[in-house]
Amino acid sequence: MIGPRRFCLGAAGIAALLLASVPAAAAPRTYTVVIAKLKFGPLPAELHKGDRIVWVNRDFLRHSATAADHSFDVDLPAGAKGETVLKKSGSIPFVCRYHPGMHGVLQVK
Amino acid sequence: MMIKCTLFATAALLAAAAPAAAAEGPTDPQIAHIAYTAGTIDIAAAKQALAKTHNSSVRAFAQEMVRDHKAVNDKALALVHKLHVTPQANPTSAALTKQADETRARLSHLSGAKFDRAYVDNEVAYHKTVNGALENTLIPSANNAQLKSLLETGLTLFREHQAHAEQIAKGLK
Repeated sequence: MIGPRRFCLGAAGIAALLLASVPAAAAPRTYTVVIAKLKFGPLPAELHKGDRIVWVNRDFLRHSATAADHSFDVDLPAGAKGETVLKKSGSIPFVCRYHPGMHGVLQVK
Repeated sequence: MMIKCTLFATAALLAAAAPAAAAEGPTDPQIAHIAYTAGTIDIAAAKQALAKTHNSSVRAFAQEMVRDHKAVNDKALALVHKLHVTPQANPTSAALTKQADETRARLSHLSGAKFDRAYVDNEVAYHKTVNGALENTLIPSANNAQLKSLLETGLTLFREHQAHAEQIAKGLK
C-alpha cells in the first residue's frame, strides 16, 4: 500500500518530469530584437510557434518589422516598441518597409 | 539632358569642397549648414511630389523623405544648440539651394508619369551626390565626434533612400 507521503512525492515527480519534457511547447518565450543605427540586432537562434518577439526601435527614425509573407507587420515609430506573436513555423524573411536594406530571416520551429 | 546637366553641376559643386578639405576642410559650422540645407532641399522636393503625383509608390517614398529628413534635421538642430554652434552659410549651401530651386521649377511643368520619372531619377542622383560628399568630404572633415556620428548615421540612412529610389525607378520603367 502506498502511504499519503509517498503518493505526494510520486505525483510531484511525475509533474516535474512532464514539465521537464515539454518546456518549449508548454511555455512560449519572449525575445527582444533591438533596432539601432538602421540595423536589426541579433535574432533569436531558436524560435518556436507561439513565441513572442518584442521589437525595440532605438533609432530616431520610424521603422517597421514587416514579414514578406504578411504574417506580421509591426509599425515602429522612433523610440517605440512593438510585439509579434509567431503564429506559424518555417523560415520567415522580414524587412523594414521604409528602409529595404534593413532585413532578416526568422527561423521558427 | 537638362537633368544630367543640373546633376553634373551639383556634383561639381560638392566636389569643389574637396580641394578645400584637403587644405583645411570645411569647418563644423559649415558642414552643419551644408547637411541641414541638403535635408531641407529634399523635403521641399518631396512636398512638390506629394502635391503632384498620384503614383502610390512615389507618394510613399516622398512621405518617407519628408519624415526621415525632418527627423535628421531636428536631430542636427538639437545638436548644434547643445554644442553652441551656429551653422554658417557658405557657397556650397547657396549653390545647392539655387540648383534645387531650378530643378523644382523645371519639374513644376511636368505631370503624370513624366513628373514621376523626373522626380525619382533626380532623387537617385541627388542622394548619390550627397552621399559621395558625406563620405569623401563632410565626414572626414568633421571635428566634433557627435557631429561626425550624426553624419555617419545620415549616410547610412541616405544610402537606404538611394536604394529605395533606385528600386522605385525600376518599377516605373
